[in-house]
Amino acid sequence: MRTHSLYIYIIVMAAVTYAIRALPLTLIRSEIKNRFIRSFLYYVPYATLAAMTFPAILSSTDQGISAAAGFAAALLLAFRRQSLIVVACGASATVLIVELAMGFFA
Amino acid sequence: MRSRAWWRPRTRLRFDEGMVIIQRMFFVEDPSLALRMTKPGPDYWMDFMTNIQNFKEGIRDGVPICLGYFAVSFAFGIQAADIHLSPFQAGLLSLLNVTSAGQFAGLAVIAQAGTYLEMAVLQAIVNLRYLLMSAALSQKLSPETPTAHRLGIAYGVTDEIFGISVLRKGDLSPFYSYGAIFISVFGWVAGTVLGASAGAILPQRLISALGIALYGMFIAIIIPPAREDRTVLATVIGGMALSTVFTYAPFVKDISGGMRIIIVTVVVASVAAVARPVDGMEGEA
Repeated sequence: MRTHSLYIYIIVMAAVTYAIRALPLTLIRSEIKNRFIRSFLYYVPYATLAAMTFPAILSSTDQGISAAAGFAAALLLAFRRQSLIVVACGASATVLIVELAMGFFA
Repeated sequence: MRSRAWWRPRTRLRFDEGMVIIQRMFFVEDPSLALRMTKPGPDYWMDFMTNIQNFKEGIRDGVPICLGYFAVSFAFGIQAADIHLSPFQAGLLSLLNVTSAGQFAGLAVIAQAGTYLEMAVLQAIVNLRYLLMSAALSQKLSPETPTAHRLGIAYGVTDEIFGISVLRKGDLSPFYSYGAIFISVFGWVAGTVLGASAGAILPQRLISALGIALYGMFIAIIIPPAREDRTVLATVIGGMALSTVFTYAPFVKDISGGMRIIIVTVVVASVAAVARPVDGMEGEA
């Protein structure tokens, strides 16, 4: 039996997340002149996404080896400028194939 | 006897006042257009058609995100069903949050029956990167963009929608964002509901394979610009390396996942900004 209401959890999550997204967009109305801040904001998405991806990607599947293979496949596809969906599905397919192969030889 | 009409609005909206509100919705700035609106003139139609065009482009660019989201949120739906959320509850959670990492982290709190405060703090930390993205996005908007549109765009600040929005040439039209948000959120919610209702019948191998889809999407966003710009490449490698140190090194490994991402982002982006400042949001050639 739950002691907390699921819906209150959902509302708390949504309110906090929306506030984080809405505050800078509504409060920062003019162009930021400071060169450091501009440059900092330019590099933010690359640093964040890189930090979120690695090393978390290595534990995203059932086995480390299949995750490493999927990571390599995603890097290769992205390097060849494939689209979002091709890279995501290519990585998933690689994981599937490697895990099936490992099950076959084990 | 008390009047029964006490709840009625005192004044009705006049027709031209209503037109101003409709115009604001379609991002037509000039208030004097309200008078011309009764007979749509060429100006009005030009703005209107531009907004429609931007919306369509947003949908076009959002289709790959929609498909990627579908795969990731399918995995989310399966996990939500595991802790006994109904497909409706899981779908509502996805519709109101639209955050991959935040939602997965939130499920853990729900499963452990954590406090609401714990949930709020965790979401704030895991999603704090949106604060930075939202600040970056504010620089892509024309300064005159009205608050209602800023609040509308804010709903859809996610890693991927942000990724395609900042890469748009020139000022960002809110309607481009709405198109991208519309199609992406559709994929996100549909995947969640299907995962929560049908996930149990999928073989474990397939669920394991879907787990990597989210990261594949991140890689597809950061690698192509890293090919073009060596500082971006260094930022990506630096972010991955520092995040690895923070995951495994003694002492710092105890820092929570959300906090780790914030620290790595601030450190790496600051170093890159000092090492090679950029002039415009599009960066140097």
